[in-house]
Amino acid sequence: MDIIIAGNGKVGSLLTRQLSSEGYDLSLIDNDPEILESTVELCDVMVYEGNAASMPVLRTAGVKDAKLLIATTGADELNLLCCATAHKLNPSLHTIARIRDPEYAEQIYSMRELFALSMIVNPEKQAATEIARLLQFPGFLKREVFAKGRIEIVELKIEPDSKLCNVSLSNLGSIVKCSVLVCMVVRDSVAFVPDGKFVLKEDDRIFVTAPTNILTTLLKNIGIITKPSNSVMIAGGGDVSFYLAQLLEKSGIYTKIIEKDYDRCRHLATLLPNIDIVHNDASHKSVLESERIDKFDALVTSTGKDEMNMMISLYGHALGVPQIITKISHVYSDEILHDLPIGSVVCPTSLCSNSIVRYVRAMRNQTGAALSVHTIADGHAEATEFLVDANTHHCGVPLKNLKTKKNVLVVSISRGGKIEIPNGNSCFYKGDTVVIVSTGDTLIYQLNDIFED
Amino acid sequence: MNFKMIGYYVSMLLAVEGLFMLPALIICLADGDSNAATAFLYTILLVALIVGVLFLFCRKRPQSGFYEREGMVCVGLGWTILSIIGALPFFFSGEIPHFIDALFETVSGFTTTGATILTDVEVIPRGLLYWRSFSHWLGGMGVLVFLLAVAPLGGKGGFTIHLLRAESTGPAVGKLVPKMRQTASILYVLYIALTLLNMIFLLVGKMPFFEAVCIAMGTAGTGGFGTYNDSLASYSPYLQSVTTVFMALFGINFSCYYLILLGNFRKVLKNSELRMYICMLVAASLLIAINIRDIYPTFFDALHHSAFQVSSIMTTTGYATANFDLWPSFSKAILLVLMFMGACAGSTGGGFKLGRALVLLKTLRRSIHKVINPQKVEVIKSDDGIMDENTISRTGSYLSAYAIIVLASFLVVSIDGFSVETNISAVVACFNNVGPGFDMVGPVGNFSEYGLLSKLVLIFDMLAGRLEIFPMLMLFSRGTWKRH
Repeated sequence: MDIIIAGNGKVGSLLTRQLSSEGYDLSLIDNDPEILESTVELCDVMVYEGNAASMPVLRTAGVKDAKLLIATTGADELNLLCCATAHKLNPSLHTIARIRDPEYAEQIYSMRELFALSMIVNPEKQAATEIARLLQFPGFLKREVFAKGRIEIVELKIEPDSKLCNVSLSNLGSIVKCSVLVCMVVRDSVAFVPDGKFVLKEDDRIFVTAPTNILTTLLKNIGIITKPSNSVMIAGGGDVSFYLAQLLEKSGIYTKIIEKDYDRCRHLATLLPNIDIVHNDASHKSVLESERIDKFDALVTSTGKDEMNMMISLYGHALGVPQIITKISHVYSDEILHDLPIGSVVCPTSLCSNSIVRYVRAMRNQTGAALSVHTIADGHAEATEFLVDANTHHCGVPLKNLKTKKNVLVVSISRGGKIEIPNGNSCFYKGDTVVIVSTGDTLIYQLNDIFED
Repeated sequence: MNFKMIGYYVSMLLAVEGLFMLPALIICLADGDSNAATAFLYTILLVALIVGVLFLFCRKRPQSGFYEREGMVCVGLGWTILSIIGALPFFFSGEIPHFIDALFETVSGFTTTGATILTDVEVIPRGLLYWRSFSHWLGGMGVLVFLLAVAPLGGKGGFTIHLLRAESTGPAVGKLVPKMRQTASILYVLYIALTLLNMIFLLVGKMPFFEAVCIAMGTAGTGGFGTYNDSLASYSPYLQSVTTVFMALFGINFSCYYLILLGNFRKVLKNSELRMYICMLVAASLLIAINIRDIYPTFFDALHHSAFQVSSIMTTTGYATANFDLWPSFSKAILLVLMFMGACAGSTGGGFKLGRALVLLKTLRRSIHKVINPQKVEVIKSDDGIMDENTISRTGSYLSAYAIIVLASFLVVSIDGFSVETNISAVVACFNNVGPGFDMVGPVGNFSEYGLLSKLVLIFDMLAGRLEIFPMLMLFSRGTWKRH
């Protein structure tokens, strides 16, 4: 499948790496020859220099034979023009545009037809939504939602004083007192699917599948704070902070934004009249103290600089803030970040890129396609949701009798609103949705890929 | 320096070479030539041994850390080893008693030069003749490009672009389609299809099958090894004309053929390098035909021979239907200029490449404009936009490296005491992968009289010419071999 990526910035280059490793034919358009040169040496792709919204450039890049165009240049307007132009050249083309300006965000959905957009992505808004979801359940490092929000895979870190420390998975049920499944463990940067005899150790990161409605019980029973954060301090007043404050305002959470640019503060104060906007520099420890960080339930750092966010989060940790969420825009090696006490890490770039990869996978395979794909365990594993349809093999066969591939696990089966955490006797039928977790290089494009034969 | 990766690629190259020796072995066996067959058998066994050992050492290779430097070294070193192994059948069978002579012959084969040290080709066993011609075919498009097409060399990484760039010809090498493996496959499919087409045309003209295979492979790689001492002179005018046309076709950038397949004729017609190529072919043929009009019975005959020679020299093939050494000096001068020019970038031909000449001409014009008005800002245009300043400066340094190598080689080769015309044309013919030069090394002569040192220098020139200088020069830089 031919895909054109216009703009090779942070999202563009992450997408290029992900999609080219999945074997698509990628063409890249950017106006910086140096970035293109370094990309072509890194990935097996074709590159074109030029303005991605101009017809000759799009034509040279092969827009006529392409199936999908992803516009992720730095400017929203250019992305829109690029999609519209490409669609004019090839009416059957799917287009995805990144639109990040809050001023366009609302209107753009109603203008999708006009600009011929198949999908709109907004990394900042996605990041804000993700942060808001994490604030709901402090204690989880990450949450991935499946089955229309009824089931989740949550990430937990085993602290030294945790009730789960030195507990074998077969005894897990007696502690958490609810039906959950540990589907993945990361220990010493290695991800694997554990069996019943596996004993949890300090500093393990575990990925637990559980129905959304029992998450509170789960947290309570393993002895982690259960109260959702009621007050949040946001360091930095960028677009993520704006979208997040909007969301938090709706849920009635007290929010304070600290931003060091006065004009930006005024702008935010106009848009968000009910939020406390403070003009100050959050990078000073004394400022955090004078703004009474010790009274807040959570600290979200989302200034424009990754290293600044990390520093502020470290201050926050030293000052004993219960929940910390750090926005990191560059895709660093997650192994480095996990050693730092900076709480949950939210990366707009990879959230956005993942959502586009999901779209591409769905395009690739119309029947039996993945309903959603989530990367978990620092990208070492994938959780994929599928609909069981008429073409699915082995319907109604108990899982213990199925020969599935190595490193593949069925972690949930949902049937008509009822969630089942499967055991060996469970089976799936036509119409169910199942969530599959797979590690390593085993890419699961359709449900039948999980079977050995 | 990523030695394990380079070792792995070299072992793959040798494996390919060993496999391709099998047909030659079969021909020897079919002819009942036990001597040559044993030579091939020993070589293949040796290759298997080396590949095994190399593969064992380089099995645990890192999947990254392969940059331009590694690509260049891989190509330079790979081709050198390829030639040494390829020379063994000639040496083992005793058909070429001296190893350096055998190496000269093989390097001349792989680099598609076609210069020979053999005084009598007709007594060489058919298996060895096949191997000589096949080396042209494989060397024409490139062994690594072949590997890129058939083996998953780089996995999903993009670093294989360094191999393609180091082995393919021209100032700016790029992919045709997003995937490297597909790009390499397209190149080879086009190459094989054109070669087969050439073979069919030759067979229609009643050329014996074995000769048709050899001549077609020599034409496709723009090599020049024939199966007779007088090259193509004894064939019918039809066969000569077919070869004229196909030599010219193989001198064209292969991306043009791909564009034609896609139906994009307009872009092909607009290709300025192709236009220049065709203009020069036609103009040189006409000028020489007029110049040699008196030697041949009719003007048509003169044109026939002049077109064949021009096509052969310009594409750096090196076949001959006439002893052009006896032609007037104006004709010889034109041929010498064409030797320097060479064919189009991205073709199987050698030489300086018309693409580079075009860049230099445009740069020269800009420099003159700069003298007239020092404040003038001017960009150099290429067919698809604006020429990268990087490419321009690299072309400049390519010219200086080119000139230095020609002059230095000429000096060294002159020690042997042959005529100036012989020496300069020998260097030019080897360095540009043409094959025959003038005087002693002319179309009816050969390189056997040269001494050991001269032959080594010419071997280096041939490799440097085919690989476009830098991969070979890299091997002699101390910085290349540092670990960091």
